[in-house]
Amino acid sequence: MSVTAPGRAQIAAKTLRTDKWWLQPLGTVAVLLSFIVYATWRAFEGAHYFTEPLISPFYSPCLATSCVEKSSLLGTPVGAWWTLSPALLILVFPLGFRMTCYYYRKAYYRSFWQSPPACAVGEPHKKYTGETRQPLLLQNSHRYFFYIGLVFNTLLTIDGFLAFRDHEGNWGHMSVGTLVLLTNATLLWLYSLSCHSCRHAMGGRLNHFSKHPLRYKMWTLVSRLNTHHPKFAWFSLIGVALADYYVRCVATGAISDFYFF
Amino acid sequence: MTYTAKFRVWRGDDTGGGLVDFAVEVNEGEVVLDIIHRLQATQAPDLAVRWNCKAGKCGSCSAEVNGLPRLMCMTRMNTFAEDEVVTVTPLRTFPVIRDLVTNVSFNYIKARQIPAFAPPAGVAPGDYRMQQVDVQRSQEFRKCIECFLCQNTCHVIRDHEENKEAFAGPRMFIRLAELDMHPLDSKDRKVEAQEDHGLGMCNITKCCTEVCPEHIKITDNAIIPMKERVVDVKYDPLRWLGSKIGKRPGL
Repeated sequence: MSVTAPGRAQIAAKTLRTDKWWLQPLGTVAVLLSFIVYATWRAFEGAHYFTEPLISPFYSPCLATSCVEKSSLLGTPVGAWWTLSPALLILVFPLGFRMTCYYYRKAYYRSFWQSPPACAVGEPHKKYTGETRQPLLLQNSHRYFFYIGLVFNTLLTIDGFLAFRDHEGNWGHMSVGTLVLLTNATLLWLYSLSCHSCRHAMGGRLNHFSKHPLRYKMWTLVSRLNTHHPKFAWFSLIGVALADYYVRCVATGAISDFYFF
Repeated sequence: MTYTAKFRVWRGDDTGGGLVDFAVEVNEGEVVLDIIHRLQATQAPDLAVRWNCKAGKCGSCSAEVNGLPRLMCMTRMNTFAEDEVVTVTPLRTFPVIRDLVTNVSFNYIKARQIPAFAPPAGVAPGDYRMQQVDVQRSQEFRKCIECFLCQNTCHVIRDHEENKEAFAGPRMFIRLAELDMHPLDSKDRKVEAQEDHGLGMCNITKCCTEVCPEHIKITDNAIIPMKERVVDVKYDPLRWLGSKIGKRPGL
């Protein structure tokens, strides 16, 4: 059944919109596909992700024995049996966080699944059940990915601070790489803390704010961030790819990391 | 600055109809509803249109202007180029009665299915005491003028007539959120929202928010918080466990 169901005004066109409604879904597909292609290539590459003191966010924490020496902040608990790229051990978590994110859901339901492609533009599917069945019921696990994401953000922030060292591991230095890693971590924090699940955990589930003044304050702050969640989602996505690319460029020797001091 | 605009208006009823072209005068400061009224006065005296306040507060003159759900009284003509064809159709999600008038009974039927505000036992009307900070979230939703543009644009029923039985729509979700967040409402609206009113069918694509003339953040402030509350009681194993061992009473 479609917008021309019996009894409704009979208009053949799926939409009468005259603006460029297709531009936004097209842009979303272009950016997300570019990221997916780049991230997949880098995740499987398994090389050029570490050069003292910089580590790519795609590979941190590096948990397998095959990790480059000194790149494992938490040791190598996974051991030697893992022979694939170490990035594949961890990327499922940030991927899960973004896949179940309320903003990204809007973005990919519209652009990839065309459900709907834009407001008041007919969708191509004959049947629609929304998020009432598996696998889409798994979208309800977003809060768990959010909590795991906080652990990753903490580790990536530590990576940023560890980059206040030089190639020999001496403290008190700062390079462009330091800024790149810290900017990436900051964007990821902003993305995580503006998340709808975070807002709910801070105080969204309360009905009596007056009895919980601290949680109300935190909910208010997160609500303020939450209005910018889409922006943070894009900036942090692009930021993480750029940070990885910068580390790769330095690790391959294509560029040298410029030190301010 | 007066000019002659090209209008295409859908005319017909539930047995059929089509877009009819008009050339009509437009004056400075006018809105689409003014032009529809001029058409009635000069060229199409039997053109049916529902309207009332002309101030964007009654929610009567909902229609689709160039394919976008809008209030005709709040759509200024200076947002269109003078040579642009302005197409006006009735809401495309509800049965048409005639011309620009649709039957929006669906929304009233759905509204009746939501149990009213239920104060706790022993608290009589007049004895309600609550703090402003506790009700201000719900007050955003009270701005709703029931224009039903959100219901009309929601693809769950716009593109799937068969979903109308199971899906109450964004306007009803803000009502459920308003009640569930209310400090004195004693009913649990979460399971009801998911199981009886189809909250899970919403895929949060935010068209309801985009078309709301009252700028209510329907998705971010009502639907997503309700989805999170539903997760609390239906899909979060840790919170479920907490409720069983008495650490999370009230769930």
